[in-house]
Amino acid sequence: MKLEDKKRVLREMLYSRRFEERCYEAYVERKIGGFLHLYPGQEACCHGVMEAARPGYDYVITGYRDHVHAIKCGADPKEVMAELYGKETGSSKGRGGSMHIFDVKHRFMGGYALVGGPFPLAVGMAKGIKLKSTDEISICFLGDAANNQGTFHESLNIAAVWQLPVLFVCENNLYGIGTRIDRSTAVIDQHKRVCGYGFPSVQVDGQDIEAVYAAAKVAVDHVRSGKGPYFLELMTYRYRGHSMSDSNKYRSKDEEAEWVKRDPIYILRDRLIKEKALSMDEYKKMDQAIIDEIENEVIKFCEESPEPKVEELTKYTLAENDPWVKGGAR
Amino acid sequence: MAEIMYWEAIRRAHDEEMARDPLVICMGEDIGVAGGTYKATQGLFDKYGPERVIDTPISENGYTGVGIGASFVGVRPIIEIMSVNFAWLAMDQIFNSAAKVRYMSGGQLEAPVVIRSPGGTAHQLGAQHSARMEKVFMGVAGIRVVTPSNPRQAYGLIKSAVRCNDPVFINEHELMYNMKGEVPDEEYFHPLEGSEIARSGKDVTLFGYNVSVHWCLQAADVLSKQHGIEAEVVDLFTLSPLDRAGIAASVAKTHRAVIAEEAEAPVGVGAEVMAVINEECFFDLDAAPVRVSAVNVPIPYNHKLEKATIPSANDVVAAVLKMFGKA
Repeated sequence: MKLEDKKRVLREMLYSRRFEERCYEAYVERKIGGFLHLYPGQEACCHGVMEAARPGYDYVITGYRDHVHAIKCGADPKEVMAELYGKETGSSKGRGGSMHIFDVKHRFMGGYALVGGPFPLAVGMAKGIKLKSTDEISICFLGDAANNQGTFHESLNIAAVWQLPVLFVCENNLYGIGTRIDRSTAVIDQHKRVCGYGFPSVQVDGQDIEAVYAAAKVAVDHVRSGKGPYFLELMTYRYRGHSMSDSNKYRSKDEEAEWVKRDPIYILRDRLIKEKALSMDEYKKMDQAIIDEIENEVIKFCEESPEPKVEELTKYTLAENDPWVKGGAR
Repeated sequence: MAEIMYWEAIRRAHDEEMARDPLVICMGEDIGVAGGTYKATQGLFDKYGPERVIDTPISENGYTGVGIGASFVGVRPIIEIMSVNFAWLAMDQIFNSAAKVRYMSGGQLEAPVVIRSPGGTAHQLGAQHSARMEKVFMGVAGIRVVTPSNPRQAYGLIKSAVRCNDPVFINEHELMYNMKGEVPDEEYFHPLEGSEIARSGKDVTLFGYNVSVHWCLQAADVLSKQHGIEAEVVDLFTLSPLDRAGIAASVAKTHRAVIAEEAEAPVGVGAEVMAVINEECFFDLDAAPVRVSAVNVPIPYNHKLEKATIPSANDVVAAVLKMFGKA
């Protein structure tokens, strides 16, 4: 990665962290309802892969831990937060919520709340790309626990048989909700499960963005050049519970402390400081500027935004005035 | 107007839509090289090739989701699920992805897929190949459900469904693929909403859909010739959204209603039509509406038991005679 990219991405990762922490606060303040799944700890995964891809051009799909992926593709953070607030100005007009962020104009094709549900959808988008002979790729970000769904195997098989341009990114954070991976899954190293489908799969340190970027570059080039699917396993950790209803009592404080030592933001920050490309003072100023920006722009926007109208409750259920419903456009 | 078989009508619709638009594809188990279990895609593999006429692995939820994902980026897939019993496996993708994506994205994304599947009871296929599932599909918001009773509808409903921007589930029937009927020689688009009066009458309305339309027509014939009762037969080719106005208009005319369904009664089409009658035209009724439904059991293998499970035209006649105090 180039130095200027590293500095930019450090800011973006820190923005992701502060954005998610502000979501937490808003949830505690009861500004946000429903479920809320936060991303802190895993930032290098999304940012590292997307730095190697083409955000806003490649199709991206993921599960319910989706805010950061949407923003990385180009979604306006104000609209993402407004969606959490259930406002009409939200990216899904308040109809989706935290787990269903969409920003189709930036090809962020959604957050989905059935574990493993996006696998076949990602493969389908790749089928569409191949049919149209364009050079986008389809990128599917999911967690390790999704690999225990049937859709994982069905989708990997289809992607391989049809040689489709899809990159599967497994963010292995070691927990499926509150169950540790070794208690739910026969094989901890998820990339090994892909061997049965005959396409490349590698495991990388998901805390070091430069390692993620380097591996993702190889993966993205492979997929974009028409060589078929690729599987990237990123070893990572989420600091928060699975969702806000999670007591986080299923793991030890020691384990959490060990992972915090390898915080993806600190790893990159300290490296830049060591390279004398950044000072701690600059970093702290940047951090404060981000916090202020989220408060003064994002939160303000959400607070001032209107809620959806009850009169428009049924809008978006079906297409409006589709001529073929009446039997033709004549 | 040529008389062709139901399967030929389906095949013709596929062929015309695929010839028109290179992004129309079809996919399913054995639909390509083998030409489809019910011949609905016969010859298309040779004509359009393996990238557009796709033999899928036996992974119903997987390939249905793949079709839905393809529709997100402009493809118009026609997905065949070999038997509606296998569609249970694809419910996650059909309901959680296709039916909800427009709403939960605030209108940004849509899933214009057509999902076709035979959903009747054929001959002695046993419990796991004989379920009727239309009741399940029609209970979920965000997906259209249609069910053709003849080759003309089978052809025209696919034509409209491929072009419509909503997901459409087309409930076909194993025993109807060889049925003959007239289909217009020119292109024809059947509406995806509404109902058709298959036979006009003044004394009682017989509501049917798909195969049960034919029981109703046979019953109406017997009732007219042997009992002097003139039944109107309404073909509910759309199960979701139901044609509330059409149902009410016929009941307002005849004041009596019998609903014939191949499925078992609980939470079914008959129950829903009765609810619509209650809500729309209760005071037009001269008698309580009646449903003619299957016995509520997993479908048995034995021929005699199977026959006793599924209703017939005779059951419709009996229900009407009872309603008129003649039995």
